[in-house]
Amino acid sequence: MSRTAFLNARLLDPASGLDEKGALLVEDGKIADLGPRLFNDGVPEGVESVDCGGHVLSPGLIDMHVYTGEPGNEHRETLGSATQAAAAGGVTTIIVMPNTSPVIDDVALVDFIKRRARDTGLVNVHPMAALTKDLKGEQMSEMGLLKEAGAVAFTDADRPLTDARLMRRAMAYSTYLNTLIVNHAAEPSLTEGGVMNEGELASRLGLSGIHRLAETMMIERDLRIVEMTGARYHVPQVSTAESVEIIRKAKRRGLKVTCGASACHLTLNENDVGNYLTFCKLDPPLRAEDDRRAVVEGVADGTVDVIVSAHDPQDAETKRLPFAQSAFGAVGLETLLPAALSLVHNGDLTLGQALGALTFQPADLLDLEAGRLAAGRPADLTLIDMNVPWVLDRYKLKSKSKNSPYDERRLQGRVLRTLVNGKTVYVPDED
Amino acid sequence: MSADETSSGLIFPHRHLLGIEGLLPQEIGSLLDLADTYVDQNRQTNKKKSVLSGRTQINLFFENSTRTQSSFELAGKRLGADVMNMSVASSSIKKGETLIDTAQTLNAMHPDLLCVRHGDSGAVALLARKVGCAVVNGGDGSHEHPTQALLDALTIRRRKGRLEGLTVAICGDILHSRVARSNILLLNTMGARVRVVAPPTLLPAGIERMGVEIFHDMRKGLKDVDIVMMLRLQLERMNGSFVPSVREYFHLFGLDHEKLAEAKPDALIMHPGPMNRGVEIDSEVADDINRSVIREQVEMGVAVRMAVLDALSRNLPNTPILNGGGK
Repeated sequence: MSRTAFLNARLLDPASGLDEKGALLVEDGKIADLGPRLFNDGVPEGVESVDCGGHVLSPGLIDMHVYTGEPGNEHRETLGSATQAAAAGGVTTIIVMPNTSPVIDDVALVDFIKRRARDTGLVNVHPMAALTKDLKGEQMSEMGLLKEAGAVAFTDADRPLTDARLMRRAMAYSTYLNTLIVNHAAEPSLTEGGVMNEGELASRLGLSGIHRLAETMMIERDLRIVEMTGARYHVPQVSTAESVEIIRKAKRRGLKVTCGASACHLTLNENDVGNYLTFCKLDPPLRAEDDRRAVVEGVADGTVDVIVSAHDPQDAETKRLPFAQSAFGAVGLETLLPAALSLVHNGDLTLGQALGALTFQPADLLDLEAGRLAAGRPADLTLIDMNVPWVLDRYKLKSKSKNSPYDERRLQGRVLRTLVNGKTVYVPDED
Repeated sequence: MSADETSSGLIFPHRHLLGIEGLLPQEIGSLLDLADTYVDQNRQTNKKKSVLSGRTQINLFFENSTRTQSSFELAGKRLGADVMNMSVASSSIKKGETLIDTAQTLNAMHPDLLCVRHGDSGAVALLARKVGCAVVNGGDGSHEHPTQALLDALTIRRRKGRLEGLTVAICGDILHSRVARSNILLLNTMGARVRVVAPPTLLPAGIERMGVEIFHDMRKGLKDVDIVMMLRLQLERMNGSFVPSVREYFHLFGLDHEKLAEAKPDALIMHPGPMNRGVEIDSEVADDINRSVIREQVEMGVAVRMAVLDALSRNLPNTPILNGGGK
């Protein structure tokens, strides 16, 4: 039996509200015990001990929005490299999107992802499966069989499902399986050709805009169908103040709706596009400062349930292009935690709010065991130095792709150790 | 007991049989009693009767059907009627005026009994208002298929001795099924408990108001039922439109021995046919001679249709209709 004691830790469990000095015991990959008085009389023989130096010991982060390139675009990211980036970012579970090549719309491909992740990955990997076959938006996928195989939710990834009749049937069908339906909120006829937030800045830069309406309209339509079918529905990334308000009201009406926001949308705004910086070209686009603030408030009041990285590896071929021609997306697994902590440092969120949206809240949405510091739970843990300042050098990222909007930015807070099922999968290199 | 002995007990004061809706329990019961006598008769060497002697029966099928049409044909012939089949290619027939034109044409031929199947709900009732003879609904759209429900009831009653108090699970494409609707109506009228088992996409809105219990999990739906009634799923409804695929449907809603184990040990398996083996029903289950009454249903079909034709013919006017009659 392998036993490890984590001593002198600031135990932080957002689910229970626990935040106090103490120790935690890991036994055979599970959390066996924890508390302020544990090991006060010393650590028994045969138990390895780790001094946490008073730093925050949190449940490992769960990132429910990650794109990898495997299968199909392994030059951008493999499941192996994505999990290395995750481990370095304190992320112990990643949910990968189905828009690979081939698309994850078949039981055999869910098996493939799970097997490759087990053989080559450092952290837990669960796939979302396609909501429609081949992401074509024409026929619903085999939700029942895919769920049994291990798909944790259903989405057409970055493609919105526009056909209202199909959405109605897919949502109705999902109810008896109790699966989560995730739809990228962007009405394609309104986003087509757009490359950044519609507004003064886009006009000055001479770039075509994507109006907020593209997002709010799709959410409102979907909510009507949710109301009718009783489905569980999740907006993967909200970017506008109005989207947050719409979802806040829908939750008050008792609809089973949840939403996420990316760390980028919580910490950056359209001005970061600046001089045509393609690493800040995101889908949904970075919006105005008022929108950013409203999304942060959404996290604070619980309207926004999860914070995601929306990790989307793109290489020079797809990013070193004129802004309009470059691909959307930014890597984010290794900056998810420091970006979220910046909101804690400047007083917008409490540590519990920020980590809650990164741990038990996504776990509850996806019905995962991880995400809590409690006896019997998997020992997926992240030890965090809240305060250490550092500057991001994108070439030091573990991810195969380096398209980070935080390149050369000053960040505060870093991962000191990441454990998955009790096994250390990351400690920082000696600088 | 012969048909003549029961004839005095027959309670069926209707001109047409357009649906189960509106029928009283004693009317259904006496039709089934009459049908029982025809089951016996159909097992004799001489199956012929003359109660419809001189009558003309037209089978007017706007939708292709082999078994229902031949069942109606055989029923009419065994009762001594002159039977004519008119299969109308659905593509050449339009709704509205054309259907009424067809009725006028038929009226001129002076039929006594008209057995009609049509792809549109309500079309048979529309036709019935325009013809002078008795009309039997052989299935209209997703509305009703009364003779199917009656033959199912006869099959159950002969096997179980009763309908009242039985629990019946109707499984599959309830949304598009006229068989399901007629069976729900009949079984409820006769005091059975009805469950429907289907994914939410194959259930019509408000079905619970028809007096059924809804199950999306087939194992729970089949728990302790007396009768498992499977419905046919049209293949075109299966590839991602109403359900994702054949294999997912069979996995979750196909009747196999494992799911059937939830039902009572002596539960009967029924299917209106034609079966899609490996889609809604496992071959092994369909062919299980101890449980499956699927072939018996076909036999009961002829007897029930004889009873219906016999009953309706008794309400026909005996005086000949003059030219221009039957407005």
